[in-house]
Amino acid sequence: MARLNINPTRMELSRLKLRLKTAVRGHKLLKDKSDEMVRQFMQYIRENKRLREEVEKELTVALSAFMLARAISDDAGIEEAVAMPAFEIELKTGSKNVMSVQVPELSIEENEITELYPYSFLSITSELDSSIATMSQLLSKLLQLAQAEKTCNMLANEIEKNRRRVNALQYVMIPDFRETIKYITMKLDENERANTIRLMKVKSMIEARR
Amino acid sequence: MRKDSISVIGDKDSVLAFKAIGINAYAVTELQEAREMLKTLARNYKVIFIIDEFAVRMQDLLARYKSRPYPTIIPLPSSKGSNGFGIMGIHKDVEKAIGTDILFGREDK
Repeated sequence: MARLNINPTRMELSRLKLRLKTAVRGHKLLKDKSDEMVRQFMQYIRENKRLREEVEKELTVALSAFMLARAISDDAGIEEAVAMPAFEIELKTGSKNVMSVQVPELSIEENEITELYPYSFLSITSELDSSIATMSQLLSKLLQLAQAEKTCNMLANEIEKNRRRVNALQYVMIPDFRETIKYITMKLDENERANTIRLMKVKSMIEARR
Repeated sequence: MRKDSISVIGDKDSVLAFKAIGINAYAVTELQEAREMLKTLARNYKVIFIIDEFAVRMQDLLARYKSRPYPTIIPLPSSKGSNGFGIMGIHKDVEKAIGTDILFGREDK
C-alpha cells in the first residue's frame, strides 16, 4: 500500500483521521446498499425470466399463426386487413425509484375496444382472428417484460458501479489512510522523543559546566 | 409520430402482426437498415421492440441505450422462434450484478 504524500504534521493527522472515519462510514453504507440492491435485483430478474419465457413461447405461437394466415390468404389482403388497427393504444410512461435508480414504469391505456378485428370476417381467414386475439392479450405482458427487463439492466449496471466504489474504499482508500496515519504518528512520536533527549542532553551539559 | 408510443422493428413477416394490435411496425430487411431505423426511432419512441435476429447483430448499438430509462429496447422472437438472445440478456445481467450466473446456470446444463 502506498503512503499518501503529505507532510507529517498534527494538522494533517487530524484531517486524515476525519477522512478515515468518513471513508469507513461510507464503505459500510455502500456495502449495505449493495446487499439490498442485489436482493431486489434477484426479485426482478426472476420475474424477468418468467415473463420472457412466457412471452417468447406465446409470441412464437401467435406469430406462426399469423404466418399461416398469410400463407392461406393473399398478401395484399392481409396487409390491408391489418393496416388500420381498430383501436389505438396509449402508452403511459413514468419512472420509479428503485434504490435511487430511476427505472421506467409503463402502462397502457386502451381506448374503448369496440371491435378487436379491424376487418370484415368475410374476407379474411379465421387463422388471423386467433392470431390477433392472442397478440392483443400479449400486449400488456409485453410491456411488463419491457419494464422488468429495463429495470434489471439498470440495476445490474448500478450494482456493478457500486461494487467498484465499495472495493475502491475497502482495498485502496482505507488502507492508504491507515498507513499514512500510522506513519505520521510514528514520525511525531519520534520527534517528541528526539526533543526529550535533546533537553536531557542540554541539562546534563549545563550540570557538567557548574 | 406521437412520442409516447410503441414501435417494433423487424422482418416484414414478424412485424405485420404487431401492426394489428396498434403497435407501429417498421419492416426492414437488412442489418444496416435496421440500425438506421433504430437510431431514428430511439428519438421518437419510448418502447421499441426489436426482432432478435436483428438485435443479436447490433449489440453495440443496443448497449448505448442500456443505461437510460428511455427508450426501452426489448428483443422479441420472430415468427421462426427465439434465437435465445433475450434469455442471454438476462444471464448477462445476472453475471454483471452478482459476478457469476448462480441463478439460472444449472438449468442450462
